[in-house]
Amino acid sequence: MTEVVRIETPLTHEKAAQLKSGDNVLLSGVIYTGRDAAHKKMVEALARGEELPFNVKDQIIFFVGPTPPKPGQVIGSAGPTTSYRMDAYSPTLIERGLTGMIGKGLRSAEVVDAMKRYGAVYFGAIGGLGALLAKRIVAAEVIAYPELGPEAVRRLEVKDFPVMVIIDQEGNNLYEIGKAKYRTI
Amino acid sequence: MKIIKVNEIIEAVEKMCIEANYDLGNDVMLSIQRALKTETSSSGREVLERLIENASIAHEERVPMCQDTGMTIIFVEVGQDLHIEGGMLTEALNEGVRRGYKKGYLRKSVVKDPFERINTEDNTPAIIHYDFVSGDELHITVAPKGAGSENMGALKMCKPSDGLEGVMQFVVDTVERAGGNPCPPIIVGVGVGGIMEKASYLAKKALLREVGVHNKEERLAKIEEKLLERINKLGIGPQGYGGINTALAVNLEVYPTHIAMLPVAVNINCHAARHKEIILKGREY
Repeated sequence: MTEVVRIETPLTHEKAAQLKSGDNVLLSGVIYTGRDAAHKKMVEALARGEELPFNVKDQIIFFVGPTPPKPGQVIGSAGPTTSYRMDAYSPTLIERGLTGMIGKGLRSAEVVDAMKRYGAVYFGAIGGLGALLAKRIVAAEVIAYPELGPEAVRRLEVKDFPVMVIIDQEGNNLYEIGKAKYRTI
Repeated sequence: MKIIKVNEIIEAVEKMCIEANYDLGNDVMLSIQRALKTETSSSGREVLERLIENASIAHEERVPMCQDTGMTIIFVEVGQDLHIEGGMLTEALNEGVRRGYKKGYLRKSVVKDPFERINTEDNTPAIIHYDFVSGDELHITVAPKGAGSENMGALKMCKPSDGLEGVMQFVVDTVERAGGNPCPPIIVGVGVGGIMEKASYLAKKALLREVGVHNKEERLAKIEEKLLERINKLGIGPQGYGGINTALAVNLEVYPTHIAMLPVAVNINCHAARHKEIILKGREY
């Protein structure tokens, strides 16, 4: 396991450029949530010439739809959802300055191209780690599309949120590198 | 004729929805611990360690292990000498889901229409499979299924000439295409034979088997072993970060089929392989 890199948000281009595929990262600061329905709404808003519910420049979007919080909890279980469903929308947001995405699983060539062109990083959080990850979220507030329930856009404050750099700005991909290393078929 | 009242069914389903999402089965936990001992990739080991920690937090703090608390799949074996009293069985099962998902603070992930996509707000309807058996008991299995793994399933209508090798290759290719998406280490359910929907049903039902328990037929158990070996050579590893533990188990079920058919369905389950079951006994009232 590589040494842990600590990153404070916002994720500026300078910070993002230092991250390499395979880096173990602890994120702290503000991040935003969004998944299928919210991404669709955001990209449709842009197409109509409207503003996004938050400025995506130098920000990170976490693909998550948490469970409802129990009394006393900041947020319910909150692990990543599978990222490829956001592939149709991510390039538009990356073009607008989004520098980070947290999810799990493979991304399309179009997303990786946009990441390389505009400078963005794809982080993996461990899928199915919802109970543990929720404990690293210290504040949560719905800021847009409340009608979407678990899919609403939330502003989260995280502290030492564990992620791994899957795809860096150069397009190096841990899924490809890792698989090649252990493949014996 | 013995009787089961619907309230008993509702309460049982409510409880199982919650427990399935909070408590990872011992079989899965033990197999993750076994994988941790064999895993050669350091990031793979770290993933497995965190999964064990996550399951403990969920169990101790009574929270869902994963935010995707699934669409609720229910398998029901109805003893044909039973009478269900007080309402419709299907409605009782759905009412149990409705109550369990509310009481357990589970995520409501079901939309009413695949095109309009408006949330039903109570995680109903459940997907219910009925089977009729002898006796006067009601056997209910509740298996919440997340979309991350379900979306990676596949069906192929193979030709009989594709044979066992063609079937095995399709299973391995399906797992390879899925990569890290379905949250490996995964459990692979394989249904072969029957007809299109029968193969899919068998693949799903295969996921209910305990991890580590092979098909009772030795020839099928051997195919399961071979498939597991081939899958774990793909290198995908825990979470797709690379490693030798991509799958914890391959469970195969077969059924008679047509002379011109060889349907194969692959249903993938994530490491949060959730299922709880109960047998309710009919009583004289």
